[in-house]
Amino acid sequence: MTLAEILASLFPQGSSVVVEDGLIHGQGRRVDGSPLHVIGVCERRAVGIDEAAKLARHVLEIIAGEDNAPILVLIDSDSQRMSKRDEMLGLNEFLAHLAKCLILADALGHATIGLLYGHTAAGAFIATALATRTLLALPGAEPVVMDLPSMARVTKLPIETLQAMAKTTPVFAPGLANLAQTGAVAATLDPQRSLAAQVEEILVASAREAGKDERDVIGKQRNGRPKAADIALHVQELARASA
Amino acid sequence: MEHLNYKHTARARATGEKKQALVGVVASGNLEVLVERVLPGNECEIEIRTAAEGFGEVWKEVVADFVGRRSPGGLKFSINDGGARPDTVALRLAQAARALEGDGT
Amino acid sequence: MSAASAATRIDDALAQSWYEASARQRVDALLDRGSFVEFIGPERRETSPHLPLFDLPEQFDDGMIVGRGRIDGASILIAAQEGRFMGGAFGEVHGAKLTGLLRAARELRTPVVIAFDTGGVRLQEANAGEMAIAEIMRALLEARLAAVNVIGLVGGRAGCYGGGGLIAACCSALAVSEQGRISVSGPEVIETNRGVEEFDSKDRALVWRTMGGKHRRLIGGAEIFVDDTVASFRAAAIALLAGAVTLTRATLLAEQARLEARLDAFGDCADALDIWRRLGIADAASVPAMSYGEFDALGARIVEVIHDAR
Repeated sequence: MTLAEILASLFPQGSSVVVEDGLIHGQGRRVDGSPLHVIGVCERRAVGIDEAAKLARHVLEIIAGEDNAPILVLIDSDSQRMSKRDEMLGLNEFLAHLAKCLILADALGHATIGLLYGHTAAGAFIATALATRTLLALPGAEPVVMDLPSMARVTKLPIETLQAMAKTTPVFAPGLANLAQTGAVAATLDPQRSLAAQVEEILVASAREAGKDERDVIGKQRNGRPKAADIALHVQELARASA
Repeated sequence: MEHLNYKHTARARATGEKKQALVGVVASGNLEVLVERVLPGNECEIEIRTAAEGFGEVWKEVVADFVGRRSPGGLKFSINDGGARPDTVALRLAQAARALEGDGT
Repeated sequence: MSAASAATRIDDALAQSWYEASARQRVDALLDRGSFVEFIGPERRETSPHLPLFDLPEQFDDGMIVGRGRIDGASILIAAQEGRFMGGAFGEVHGAKLTGLLRAARELRTPVVIAFDTGGVRLQEANAGEMAIAEIMRALLEARLAAVNVIGLVGGRAGCYGGGGLIAACCSALAVSEQGRISVSGPEVIETNRGVEEFDSKDRALVWRTMGGKHRRLIGGAEIFVDDTVASFRAAAIALLAGAVTLTRATLLAEQARLEARLDAFGDCADALDIWRRLGIADAASVPAMSYGEFDALGARIVEVIHDAR
């Protein structure tokens, strides 16, 4: 689905959502008429210091506002911007700040829902999609930690070998199915159904939940990450016992 | 990966009170040795996991030499090898035994 | 052992190079003697379930040490990465140990010290590593929202790259040595993607000007600049643990202002030398060669550390 189609399916009555230099912001209405904030990245834009600062500013404006409305984070991005300038000026702090703003917004009552509809990678993935409470995707989304050719170069393994190994494990290769199996993506939406209705279902369900980060548990249930959830739990138990 | 295992009877039990010790890091040319005081009497066991296959005879010699010098009775040594040379292996085994037997700390 | 020789041993441990020390040596020397209790230690053999597929050796602690101890009498939770095992990179088990530690920190209201030494995500477990980083960030920030202090220390061989750089920037405060580097993309990755004109990864001076500890101190990416000794890192950790704790809306508003001010002040600079000149350092080119003492004094004169942002 294109961004325009997504927005039309989310907000059949229209919205104030605009795109400026590959960054999305604005508002629409939920099924019951209450507001739904929207921010995001489109056109496969790289997320550098300037983009992160602008997006964080939008999130802080939402936090400063009067409502407790959820925030929908739409993502079709490149990786983080790879440049001397961005690193020199502290890209790690800017990306972390964006993630902090999203996580704080959620803690303050603005449930954050990510909707990955295109590409994303590495640091941009972490600071946007993976900083939301619930991450959804549309078929055709392609999240990536690192592309296979780069991985082949760094690991010094032929790409054919990596492709063959990727058939037996979801733990390293790019793609929506693998990221879903490791617990990153809660659900893939049906482009044939109203997105407004599907997002509403998720919002209602997530409002009922305790707010714990259960992605490792989901990764274990889906056989994508066999050990993470148990290891984290075990460390917690040992820490408690040692107090 | 190759898994090797050597069992020996040492001349004497290892001294000291500590139950376990760890030396080394799994990096290129290096290895980690976890030593645990878990075996009865003068029994001693060295188990090795290594990606460098076909060096069984070299490991066997280094291990036998170490057991002869050090008398690590009662100790189990578990090694993850990152491709270390025999002299580095010998060094780490000695360091592990020393760390376990305690040198006053 | 006599008290005198015990004291000598402790002095030796504290005087050692942080850069050269292993993760275990750092934990041992940072904490009060005998206070360390490790969680899921090497004897548990909780290794990576994925490295065997690549015929790569495992490490019994999967390169991450977590536990509890005391530092100058105060109870803390501690994590230390072994930068020489798989480049200190985040794998499934490695990451989950830190996730669990941070969740415990929030529950137990105990501060955390993280000794970073990482190249980022472990590619052989890329998806698990990326998820670990996201979960760590969330657990860290939730701890901070519960008024728990999380301090980061950066000065190891692998630096603090990729997702590690993002986690570091989520900490309450950071101490960094000259050897430390903090960045998202590594020098080789920038060069491979954008060409050598954009970034010559073999130009060590460029790497350190752009990502290294001195630059991070000057631009505000780290609060304290330390010497490459365990003693210096220990003193910084103690100082930072006593510092401000809460993460609130006001903190992030201040952080937004701080970062926007940085963009305004230095956004058009071509090189870190230009940034340092604009900061008022007349002989910017002399910064890399400055000794620890000289640079620390310069930093104190030039840069005001803003404690209510981050």
